[in-house]
Parts: sequence; C-alpha cells; structure tokens
Amino acid sequence: MKFGVVVFPGSNCDRDMYDALSYDLGQEVSMLWHKDKDLSKFSTEDCIILPGGFSYGDYLRCGAIARFSPMMQSVIEFANEGGKVFGVCNGFQILCESHLLPGGLLRNANQQFICKNVFITNETEKIYKIPVAHGEGRYYADEDTLNELEANGQILFYYCDEKGNKTEASNPNGATRNIAGICNANRNVFGMMPHPERACSPVLGNTDGQEIIRTMLMERQLVL
Amino acid sequence: MEVTVKTAQQLRLTEQEFELIKEKLGRTPNFNELCAFSGMWSEHCSYKNSIKWLKTLPREGGRMLVKAGEENAGLMDIGGGLGVVFKIESHNHPSAIEPFQGAATGVGGIHRDIFTMGARPIASLNSLRFGNLDEDKTQHLLSGVVHGIGHYGNCFGVPTVGGEIYFDECYHTNPLVNAMSVGIVKAGETVSATALGKGNPVMFVGSATGKDGIGGASFASADITAESTQELPAVQVGDPFQEKKLLEACLEVIQTGAVVGMQDMGAAGIICSTAEMSAKGEVGMRIDLDKVPTRQNNMKTWELLLSESQERMLLVAEKGREEEVIKVFTKWDLPCSVIGEVTDDGILNFFMNGELEASLPAHELVLGGGAPQYDREYSEPKYFADIKKFNPDTVEVPEDLKSIAEQIVSLPSISSKRWVYNQYDSMVGTNNTSTNAPTDAPLVIVKGTTKALAVTTDCNSRYVYADPYKGAMIAVSEAARNIVCTGGQPLGVTNCLNFGNPYDPEVYYQFIHAIKGMGEACRKFDTPVTGGNVSFYNQNPDGPVYPTPTIGMVGLLEDVNNKMTLDFKEEGDVILLIGYSNNDINSSQYLAKICGVDLSPAPHFELEEELKLQQKITELINKNLIESAHDVSEGGLFVTLLESAFHRNLGFDVVAADYNIRKDAQWFGEKQSRVVVSVKAGKLKEVKAAIGDHPFEELGVVTSGSVEVDGMEWGTIESWKEQYDTAIENFLSKEEAGSALSSI
Repeated sequence: MKFGVVVFPGSNCDRDMYDALSYDLGQEVSMLWHKDKDLSKFSTEDCIILPGGFSYGDYLRCGAIARFSPMMQSVIEFANEGGKVFGVCNGFQILCESHLLPGGLLRNANQQFICKNVFITNETEKIYKIPVAHGEGRYYADEDTLNELEANGQILFYYCDEKGNKTEASNPNGATRNIAGICNANRNVFGMMPHPERACSPVLGNTDGQEIIRTMLMERQLVL
Repeated sequence: MEVTVKTAQQLRLTEQEFELIKEKLGRTPNFNELCAFSGMWSEHCSYKNSIKWLKTLPREGGRMLVKAGEENAGLMDIGGGLGVVFKIESHNHPSAIEPFQGAATGVGGIHRDIFTMGARPIASLNSLRFGNLDEDKTQHLLSGVVHGIGHYGNCFGVPTVGGEIYFDECYHTNPLVNAMSVGIVKAGETVSATALGKGNPVMFVGSATGKDGIGGASFASADITAESTQELPAVQVGDPFQEKKLLEACLEVIQTGAVVGMQDMGAAGIICSTAEMSAKGEVGMRIDLDKVPTRQNNMKTWELLLSESQERMLLVAEKGREEEVIKVFTKWDLPCSVIGEVTDDGILNFFMNGELEASLPAHELVLGGGAPQYDREYSEPKYFADIKKFNPDTVEVPEDLKSIAEQIVSLPSISSKRWVYNQYDSMVGTNNTSTNAPTDAPLVIVKGTTKALAVTTDCNSRYVYADPYKGAMIAVSEAARNIVCTGGQPLGVTNCLNFGNPYDPEVYYQFIHAIKGMGEACRKFDTPVTGGNVSFYNQNPDGPVYPTPTIGMVGLLEDVNNKMTLDFKEEGDVILLIGYSNNDINSSQYLAKICGVDLSPAPHFELEEELKLQQKITELINKNLIESAHDVSEGGLFVTLLESAFHRNLGFDVVAADYNIRKDAQWFGEKQSRVVVSVKAGKLKEVKAAIGDHPFEELGVVTSGSVEVDGMEWGTIESWKEQYDTAIENFLSKEEAGSALSSI
C-alpha cells in the first residue's frame, strides 16, 4: 500500500507525517497539493492522510474552508468509494466539516491551546502515550450519534490516565465521553486529535504512534 | 507642508539631527524625506546610542559565516554542508500596549529574519519579563503575551521549545518580550539582503500594505507613558497563515536561482528594506509606490514608506526572470508585484503616480552610513552604595528551612511554567527531543543528520542590576553551562539588550558595563556575538527596568546520542555537586523574595572557575560517566535537586557536608558555577578519578520518592511536584474567580 499526504497552504504537520511514514515506518509516501484533484494513482487499499495544521488559516471554523478545496472533492469521492482516509488534528476537523465523520470539534473547554503528551486507549485496553496540540479539539456530537458510535464500535480512542482510566482529569479538552478519535461506519475513514506521527521516531523517545498507524491503517487489526 | 525643526521634533528627531539631515542632503527635506529619516535614524533602526559599544563585542571568528550585523541574522557553520541561522529580537513596546498582537508580531518578525536568509526555522524560544504576578495588570499582560506567542507560533508551525520568564516589580509597566528563532540552511542556498545589478527588478511580495504599525520604530524609541495607549496604531497586526505561505514561497523561490537579494520588512517598512539593501549593494532604487498593493485607499507616501504591516518581503530578482518569481508566489496565493528597479546612483527615488515624492541617498539613511553615532555620558548608579552596604549577617538563618523551601518552590519565577508552555506547540516539526527527555537546554535534532542543536535563552537581570559587568558574564556563562550540561559545544550568541533610557547616565553605565562583561565572557567561551537587537527606553516615569541583556545561545552536538539529560534515572544513584558551595545568599530569589532584601551584590562568580567547571562537565559526559546533569541556578541547590527528581517521580536523600556554610546559603544560595550530577554507585570511583582536583561534594543518593534533607524528612516528591506545578495556575485561577464574581 502507499500513502498520500494532502498539503494545504497552512498544513504544518505534513512533513512530520511524511517523515514518520517514510523514515520510521518505511512506507511509500507522496505529497498531494490542495489545488490538484488527481488521485488516480491511489487504489482503495491506499491511504490518503489529512495532516495537522491550519489548512487555510482557520480564522473561520477549523477546516470549514478546506472542505471546499479541489483536492478535498477528490478525497471525499475516494472515501465514498471505500478508500482509506485518515485525518489527524486539523485533518480530523476537516473530515467532520466534510461530513465524512459525524460530529464536530469545538473550542477546548479551558479556551486555551493545549500541547502536551496525553494517554489514549481503545477497546483493546492498550494504552498509548501520544501528544496533542490543538485549540479546538473538544469532540462533540448529539447523544443519539454518540450512542450509535459506541454501539458500532466506531470510537477509535478515548483519553485516559496513565493506567487507562477514562477520567475527567485525563481529558485535555473536555471532549464528550473522553472521545479522542472516531471512524465512520464503513471503517475506512479515521479521525483523531492526538498526533501519532509525533510519536514515531526513536530519537524523540516515544514510538507509541508507530503501532497506531501500523495497526489501524496498514493491518486494520484494531478491534473496531 | 513646510518642514521645520518643530516637525522634526514631532517625529522624534533632535534639532541637531535635523541640522545634520539638511547638511547631508544639501537642502531642507520634504515631509516624506523627513519621515524616512525619522524611521531610519530612530534608535531602533540606527543603533545610534549603542553601536560604538556593540563593536567592542567579539563579532567574528569561530564558525561564523557572516560578520555580526551584516545580514538579518547570524549564520554559523555546523558542518555537513549546513549552517545554523539564529537571532533574538525584542517586541517590548508593542507588547506593553497590546500584549496579544505585540507578542504575536514579535514572533512573526523574528522568523522572517531567519527565512529571508534562506533558512527554514526549526525552533523558537522566548524570554519574558513581567511585574508581580498578583497584579491584575501582570495577569492581563501574561495571558495576552502567551496567547499571542502561541497564536502565531502554533499556526506558523515552528515548535516553541524553550524560554524563560521572570516576575519582578520593575517590569510592571514595561514588560519584556524577546523572541528568538533558529533555522537551518544548506550551504549555497543562503540569500543576502543586498540589492545588486542596475536594471534588476525590485519586487514586493506578501501581504498588502495598510496603515498599521506606522511609526513603530520611533515608538519603540521612547519611554512608555500614560499617553502611550494612544499609540495603538503603532502596533502591528499579525497573520501567521500569511507568514506560513510566505515562508514556503520564499524557500521555494530561492530554488529558482532567480533571486539576487531579499530582505523582510520589519521596523520602518519599505524605507528600511530599500535603504539597507541598496546601501549594502552600493546601488540605488527607483520605486513606484503606487504599485505597492495596499489594503487601504489613499495611503500617503510617508505612510507607505513607514508602514510596518507584517508578512512582507522586498526581493530583487534577475532581470528577465520576473515570471519565475511571480509563478512561485502565485502558487502560494501571495501578491507579488514589480514596484521598481535597481539603479546605479545610490539614490532612492520614490514616485507616486509619476511624481517624485522623495529622493534620498541610501547610504545616508543607514547604520554604518550617515546615521549618527553617539557617545553617551555615564555615571555609576547611586543605588550601588546601598548594594555595597548589604551585610548578610543581618539576615538570620531561618529555623524551619522546609517551609522556606516551600515558599521558594511556589515563587512564580521558580515554579513550573507549564501553564505557559502547554499553550505553545512544542512538538510540531518532530525535532524536539526534550519533551520526553528533559535537558538543561532544549535539544532539537537536525533532520537528515546525526546532529542536534542545544538552544537556550538566559539572563538573571537581578544579578545584572546588582553588578552589570558580572551579571552579564553570568548570563553568558549560564547559557553556555546549560548547553554544556546537555552535552553540547557552545557555538555562538545572539543578544537582546533591554535597558532603560540611554540618555540617563546611570542607565548608560549599566549598558556599557554589561557589554564589557558580555564581551569578556563570550571571548572566554569562544562564542562570538553574531547579532541581536538593542531595546532602550524600557522605562516609565517610575524608572527603568532592571538591565536585561538576554543571551540567546546555540550549541552543537555532533551526535544526538551523546546528549545528557537532567533527570535522575534510578533509585540508589549517587548525587554529586560539581563545583563548591560557599556562604553566599547574595541576589538569590531567597534573599529577594522571601527575606525581602532587594539590594545585595551579585552572587559569587569567577569566569575562570566557570570555564573549568564546564570543561569538567564536558569531560564527564564524553567519558559516559554520569547519568544526569543539571546546573544550579535560581532558587539554589534544593530547587535544582527537585527539578532533577520530578521527571521520574524519584526523590533524594542529601546531606550538606560543610557545616561552616549557613544552611540557607547551602540550600537556597545562588553561588555560580555548580552542577548537580548523578552517577551509578558502581562508577563512583571512576567518576571521582575523572573529577580529579576540581572541587566537588558527595550530596547523597536518589531515592524512590522520599525527600530527605540533612537527615530530616521533607515529604514526598509528589507533594513537591504538586506545589511546583500549580503555583502559577493558582495565581491565575484567583483572578478568574475574581472576574467571575465581578461579572455576577
């Protein structure tokens, strides 16, 4: 499989994602310019990544403009055909704005940008240490949607403490039900606020992100 | 409009300067021309009251690739065909009035200085000073400045990896906001801020020009008064998204090979960039100001010349290759237009709709050219007499040292700054190794190599106030010590010299003695001063700030795997103090903030002793003998031990060996040139042999979490960490609670 990383003019985690995939995970990666539309060299086995950053400045709602970019039209089509799409941080926001994922990301509960290591867990109860860095990362959806997401096993990750407890104190942004990441019902569109690409390089002292990318996108072995 | 000496004075030029301008031009300038001189001869652009002394600093040698002051930022060789570009700059005055935009544009401005040279910024740092944190005003400024730095840096996408913050009454009206950027450039891809080649097009790229920031350079060249809030239009407004695009576009356009020279537009906008680029290339320019894209109608010539609208660049391209340049900027949706051409007569001619509006010899406008240079008078400050009078014997050694320690740990200048740094993206770029492995100086890897850069900003201005000469030496030494404790070799310095009004002889005394101390220390460590910034007039009717010559230093590790971290690793490791302690409580946070003694000499410091300490630490790290290294600084030895223990929730059991030293000096004194290291018990003999005759003390051992001092139980590391982590948050939550009440 191969990866494509979309570059919006305000993307700033695009190269980090490239480095993680290419150097730390040994994958084939290419960069996709936001004004282009051509995804013909990607099959549904491949994965398009929407990286973190501030796509078009995000002076309006985060991701609200990116949704209308030429490349996003192709990405939406690609996702609807079953292709894998993964959005991190701003990418997650764009996926929600594009309605490829339900719900939305609100301003952090404490009204501040937050950057730090947090712990996340999933139904396998495996605990990962992954950094977050966002001002608008408080996942929100209505009760019915949340119940449906949980019933379908569409919650990818919950914020938790070091021991895996989903506590209020371990929730960095006030996200509903401690939700850190979700996928769609078809399990081909994934979004999460924490940055796994920032936890891939051994020299940075944390490689928990490698396992997330590998299992979720390459092996699709996560219990979903 | 008739131009008189009164007009000149309104533009903050002196009568003598007005006469000098007339002499240089051979005529009376028109208003536009006078505005140009006002911007260019402002303290901020001309360094007129500092340049003579700045020239006494070591400004070349080592790995320097350009001489200090020649380009927008310093450039040093780090081997492997790579260079590091770095600079620190102040944005104090704008931040005092409008903390959010002031700080944000400070960050934006310093990054532009880096990428205008062709380098990609990889790390950003800052150095901040505020008044007492229990004041509403301070809390407003702190939250505005932190929000501004985060807003700009996070969006721009360069990690904010380090910095320092102190709180002292003297900064109440005049906060200091110094921002530093560090970038990497490949050999052969650097761009000079030089205009060359008659007929080459002069291009304007980036944001459209508005009326914001007009007169910013001269605003920054005056004291802050009650009327200063009326200067709001002198504060610029930043757009980090625009700057992010400008960064990518500039680095891309350099690859075309069509760029002759480039300079960002900072202070004094178009006039400064055209004048400096022309003067350096010994050329002139013809500029059609009506071709400059504007965001407001009917902008006047002088407004266009002086506007400090952000995210703009002046670029000289090779004639005939304009389209290649325009193509890149169009790709990034940035305005780019040809606004003039290079001429060979050394004159800047500014036209508006075909009319010549200003005609100025570029050379006469700039530093090193016609800009005046002054010798200012200086005299020893009167408060020195009180400092000399201080007798430590009048301070009684407290009985309950633990309660003193708790107060020290909760001081905002000492306690954790996590409320601040958690608002900065410190990990974007995936190069910051200090997130998961804390180091004395933040350590960033240079991707694609094994190299890493240790970067730091340091200045204890209380020491500089007490003794400008020694205090500045300590600032340089502490920066170098932090780099050495991280396993790096100090390479070079960028400085940000924040002082009061230079026309005050006592302030000027502080300035020149700080320069002397800085120069001596930089020569000792072989770290030339590659550039920087002078910010005078950090003064208000109540007086000047403490003299604050902030040192930004960059160090190199050839192999990141040889780094040293500051955290204790394992229970049972032996804790040593390299360097010796003495009876010194001078200018410590303990003495100033707990005992309330503001005036005392700087702490003990000897340059030669410091150098030997650093050489010893380097040797211990290179021989792979130690597990951690952390220097003793503000708060003294006890705080240093805590900081080493926090990361892994370990504790320590330590006993002071020398009973002749007063206990408060032992644990809270700030005598310089000391480093706490931890070593494996099995290696102790070998370590002691390596230490040789350098003074050291065996303090005790690392514990699983209990803190024991001189045989007394001082609680657990968790409870110390809780106090340390939440002190600033507690100050701020009181304010939030207060404002919530007031809104009911």
